[in-house]
Order: sequence, then structure tokens, then C-alpha cells
Amino acid sequence: MTDTTLDQFRTETRAWLAENCPPEMREPVRSEKDAVWGGRDQSNLTPAQKSWMDAMASKGWTVPDWPKAYGGGGLTPAETKILREEMAAIRARNPLNSFGISMLGPALLKYGTEEQKLTHLTKIAKGEIRWCQGYSEPNAGSDLASLATSAESDGDDYIVNGQKVWTSYADKADWIFCLVRTDKTSKQGGISFLLFDMASPGVSTKPILLISGNSPFCETFFDNVRVPKANRVYEENKGWDVAKYLLGHEREMISGMGLASTGGNPLIDGAIATVGLDHDGKLADPLLRASIAMFEVRSNAFGMMSERFIDELKAGRAHPAQPSMMKYYGTELNKSRYELMMASGGSDALEWESDRSNGGSTPRAWLRTKANSIEGGTSEVQLNIIAKRILDLPSA
Amino acid sequence: MPLYLNDEQTMLRDTAKDFVAEHAPVSHLRSLRDKKDEAGFSRDLWKSFAEMGFTGILIGEDEGGLGLGHVEAGIVLEEIGRNLSPSPFLTTAVAAVEALKGSPHAAKYFPGILSGDTVAALAIDEGAKHRDTVALKAERSGNGFKLSGKKQFVTHGHVADLLIVAARTAGSADDAEGITLFAVDRNAAGLTANPERLTDSSLAARIEFDGVEVDADAVIGEIDAGRTPLDRLLRAGRTGASAELLGVGGGAMDMTVGYLKERKQFGVTIGSFQALQHRAAHLYSEMEVARAAVLKAAQLLDQGSDRADHAVSVAKAMTALATTLSVQEGVQMHGGIGMTDEYDIGFYMKRARVLAEMFGDANFHAHKLATLSGY
Repeated sequence: MTDTTLDQFRTETRAWLAENCPPEMREPVRSEKDAVWGGRDQSNLTPAQKSWMDAMASKGWTVPDWPKAYGGGGLTPAETKILREEMAAIRARNPLNSFGISMLGPALLKYGTEEQKLTHLTKIAKGEIRWCQGYSEPNAGSDLASLATSAESDGDDYIVNGQKVWTSYADKADWIFCLVRTDKTSKQGGISFLLFDMASPGVSTKPILLISGNSPFCETFFDNVRVPKANRVYEENKGWDVAKYLLGHEREMISGMGLASTGGNPLIDGAIATVGLDHDGKLADPLLRASIAMFEVRSNAFGMMSERFIDELKAGRAHPAQPSMMKYYGTELNKSRYELMMASGGSDALEWESDRSNGGSTPRAWLRTKANSIEGGTSEVQLNIIAKRILDLPSA
Repeated sequence: MPLYLNDEQTMLRDTAKDFVAEHAPVSHLRSLRDKKDEAGFSRDLWKSFAEMGFTGILIGEDEGGLGLGHVEAGIVLEEIGRNLSPSPFLTTAVAAVEALKGSPHAAKYFPGILSGDTVAALAIDEGAKHRDTVALKAERSGNGFKLSGKKQFVTHGHVADLLIVAARTAGSADDAEGITLFAVDRNAAGLTANPERLTDSSLAARIEFDGVEVDADAVIGEIDAGRTPLDRLLRAGRTGASAELLGVGGGAMDMTVGYLKERKQFGVTIGSFQALQHRAAHLYSEMEVARAAVLKAAQLLDQGSDRADHAVSVAKAMTALATTLSVQEGVQMHGGIGMTDEYDIGFYMKRARVLAEMFGDANFHAHKLATLSGY
């Protein structure tokens, strides 16, 4: 790809975004209702949200680097980077949030059959089906492979029974990608990876209210749910390979939370708004300034680490356990960021529903970040992985 | 440009790794210390750095150097750090070369630097903490200037052939402008260099300038506009010191992880204890993040990016934080043996402290980052 072609791509992309990104989609995301999730039910989307998602999907730009055959944009890494930069330049919102894009998609691209790819990937790219993830169980949290939800063979089908927990947005999802036990004699070698419709008979969900006052998570129950074997991804009893691959992508996604958002810095802007600048242009609270500055050192350095990690992933030279390091560092950093956001906001940030606290989004987000180091594998589990797989320290 | 070393840079790293480990391992530092060497480094070693071409990394090909960049200089510095090798590489081949670049002084001093005959020292700090201030006075006198004032923490200052001196020709100490940079012969009349041995066994001088007379052609760049070459020197020095710190922290971490794998207590290797595994894994994470910051700063400097200052401060602060953790954890996890002079880990702790202070500590750079970000 020559620089001239890339320059031309940038010019065209800029013009297309200017024309197709509605002004409402260039405002910062303030609360959960501003985030667009695809799905069968799109009645809650505003016209601007719907138009932005559909326009991007028509170009394949909800998943710019996926192949065109599966609804992607077929862009090269250099083109994808240009698209991200141009979107950031106009502060365009993410057109579509989706576990299908960030987690299931990459796993299907690697392990799915051609038919599974054609059936599911395009719908993910267009935001037509909303997915949830059935991993954790009441007795299988950090020790994920001890899961018990069973799938008994019955002709061309499996009969699934059991319970999942911490299923994000299960009550709003259309389909689930789910780990089930197909062999009780082997722990990691007895797990299979199934896809099925949440509208299947025998599936029920119950929301779990969190300390943030929100309820993104659910308990999910399976009572004799019939799932065709054709919906199994990869081989029977080899679902753990798929699960691990997908967890790498999940950790990568969660680690991204440690990065400052593009355009403005809410932490710094917030602190300036609350305590003000002195005559030298410094934050009027010197200790708060020092805390923020030292945090920003780590946050900026982690941004550079993320850039390096992505470059290494693309070149196939990242250590396979490196996502654990990214997840660990990014989530711990994000918790620190929100502690500082709350400290900067003072009593304004304590208000649970007022405009001063953006409708409560600051304290709710602060409380939400406390789960970052638990979900997707706790910080302690990530440290175990780093110690054993990267530092090669001995087992007890 | 991807944020990892390309093939040529990887080859340079392998060469530098072997060379430094063979010619200047920690035992080299220990022997210089034990015989109370008065230079603080080996001139012979400096000559072999030159023979390897390392001293010309940042010097253009048309001037006899390799015409490479800060990434490559950082590669060599990381190995210097890993082996705690006493060397004037950072002050001479990196900081001084950057200050002299493009000036008539380049033709005068680069040949000596390339051959390993010339050692340069940086007279920039005036207090116990590095600051962006210059009070040392340079008054016009006859055909040139007369320098009066004091500098400290001048590494190799008592044996250097050339001193790069930041002086004030206009305004007052805290002003950013009004600075002039001079290339001064260490043997100039009125100049006294008093060397002090530092914690890490290196030597740094307190220097007094008592009406030191220099010709007008000692000025590097323009009169009153020394901020430009001084900033170039500081960016290169800070980035280079970050790379050396990264090597110190990485070397200490490797020693510690190695020790965790061999030391037995309670009948098992201590590396199997989760309490230690988690701390080692945390340390690894901090070092990885610091590594990315160092490479990013060097790449942005090489690209002439306007984000370079920002990245340089991130790198210097982050490597100070990560390496300090590395040496502290190193001594702690080694237990009692880590406190002995006979064992090397303590040498890492001492060098880390000196490098953390050089060109501004973590607080200085966090403050700078905040200022650059407008708060």
C-alpha cells in the first residue's frame, strides 16, 4: 500500500464520516443509555443512533478489519488505524457495542465452520443479534474449568441443564455463547462450546442488582434446553481451547478501560472545574495535582504499552500470556482513575442522580470499576498466569 | 512505526548485549570500586566502545558516525544499565553529541568522540535537585565571556576533556530564555572541579567557575538562545537515562526471578509461594509498561514529533518508579544475602537511585507532564 493510496483513503474516509456521522453521535457518552447495543429489539435506539450504526455497518466499518465476506470492511491494519484516527478527530461515538464483535467474532473466525461464520458473523457486524457470554457458574468463578452445566447427547442435539451467573445483559441478549460439560471425567478436556438462542424453551434469566444501582448482570438458568450439535464450535470436549482464546480477547477489551478516552481528559477537566487553577495555571490543590500527575505518568505509559501490545499481536510476536498482564494493569489503573475522579469531583460527584454528577454516571462508573479486577479473571488469577507462564516460576 | 525493535535493531541489541556482558559485567564495576579507581571508569573500555562504533551512533554518516537514532542509543544504554557498566556513553555519545550537533563544535569534538579519546561532561545542575533553571553567569568580556558560579552532580566532571556548560546571559534564574550554552575546556583557568564519590561508586564533581574566560567561539548555537541546544541535550539525556534505568531494573528483576527459582526454604523453592509469585508478576508488569514508554519516547524523538517532550517525561518518571520497585523487591526477596556487599543486587539498588535523580526524578517529570497538559 503506497502512501498516496493511504492519503486518498484518509480523505475519502474523512468526507464520508463528515456526511454520515450525525451531530448527536459526536457528543461524549454520558450514561449507559447512550451506548448502542445491537439486537432484535432496536425500539430504544434514537433515530441518530440507528442511522449511525446502520451507516457504519453498510461499509463494514463496525468491524473494519474483518473479511468483507462476513460483513467486515476488509481493511488493512494501516487503513483501520486511519479510520480510528478520523473517527477520534470528530469524536465520533462507537457505532455498536457488542460482545459478538469483541469476543465471539474473533473466536468464530479462528474456530468456526464456514457455515457458522456465514450464519453469525454478518449479523454481528450489522448489529442484528445481541450476544451474551455463558461462562461463570456459582461454583466456577476463578476456577472456571470446574463448571458443571451439562450437555447430554440426544441424537443430533444436546440437552443442556444447569446455571450460569454474571451473564452480562443476559436479559437483553438474543443468543448466548456458552461453555458446557460434555465429559465429567476430564476437567478442562470435557468442556464444549455451544451457541444457542436465548428464546429456546427452558432458558430463563434473573437480573442481579449491583452496588452501582445498575443491573447489567444476570443469573441464567437452563432447564432441558435442546441445542443442535451443529451449533457446537470446534470439536466436542475441546471447548476449552476456544474459551481460552476468547478470554484473551476479553482481557484485551477490559484492559482498554485503563486508557484515557480520546479527546479531552475527564479526570483533569473535572479537577479544574472543581478546584480551579491558581495564578501559575496549576491546579489549586497541590496534593490532588500531584496525585493526578503521578497517575497520568502510569496511564500514559500504559497507553504506550497498549500500542506496543497491539503492534506485537499484529506481528504475531506477543507472548500468549501477555493479555493477562494487560488485563491486570489496565483494570487496576482504571480503579485508580475513578478513585481520583471521585476525589476530584468532591461532593458534586457523590450526587446519585443529579446533573452535577452527569445523572449519577460518575459515582456509578466508579462503583462499576470495582468489578474490573474481578470479572474476566481476577487480578490474582492474572498474576498467577504471569508468574507461571511468563516468569516460569514453579508450581507449589 | 511499530512499537518493537526491527530486525536491524534486534541485531544491534544482540551485539551490544554480548559486548557489554563480556567486557563490562558487574565484576568490572566491583573491581574499579575495590581499587578506588580515581577516574570512575576505564578509558580502555571507552576505546572499545568506539571500536564497536557505539560512540558514533548519534553522529551523522557524513561526519564519520553511524547516523542512527535514540532507539539505537537506548539499546546500548539498556545493556550498560543491565551490567552496571561505568561509562561516559550517556553524557558524551548521547547528551553532548546532541548539544553539539549542527554547530561548528561538531567538527572539533566529534572525531575525538568517535575514536574514544574524548569524554564530555554536562555542567547543568546547580542544586541538589535537577531543575530547569540556570543562574551561573556569563558576562561579556573582551572578545568573549567570563563565567562565574557553581554546578554540581557533574558526572565525570573531574576527568572530562570537554564541559558543556549552561550559563545565563540575560534575564534571571527561573527564565526559560536568556541562556547560552558553552563548550569549555576543563583545564581552563579559574575552573575547579572537586570530585565526590557517589553511592554507586561513580564520581561526580562540584565545579566552581571563578571568572573563567572563554572565547566567543565557545558559544554553542546562538547567544541567549541556548535553550534550543540545551533542550536537545536534555531530551536525549532524559531518554537515555530512562533506557539505562530500564536496564538496571530489568537486570535486577532477572536476578531476583532467577533466585526465586533456586533458593529453597521449608523444603521447596521459594518461587512456588504465591505471595512472592504475585509480587514478581506485578514487578514484571511495571517493567513492561516502563519498557514501552522508553521505546515510545525514543521513537518520537527520532521522528522529531511535537509529542516527544511529553513522552520523554513519561519515560523518565515511569522508569524511575518501575526500577525503584525492582531493586527494592530484589533486595527484599533475596533476604539477608541481598544486604551483603558480596552479592550484586545491592549494586543495582545504588545505581538505580543515582539514575533516578539524574536529569530529573519522577516528581520533576510528573510535574512537567502536568504543566505540559495544562493543569
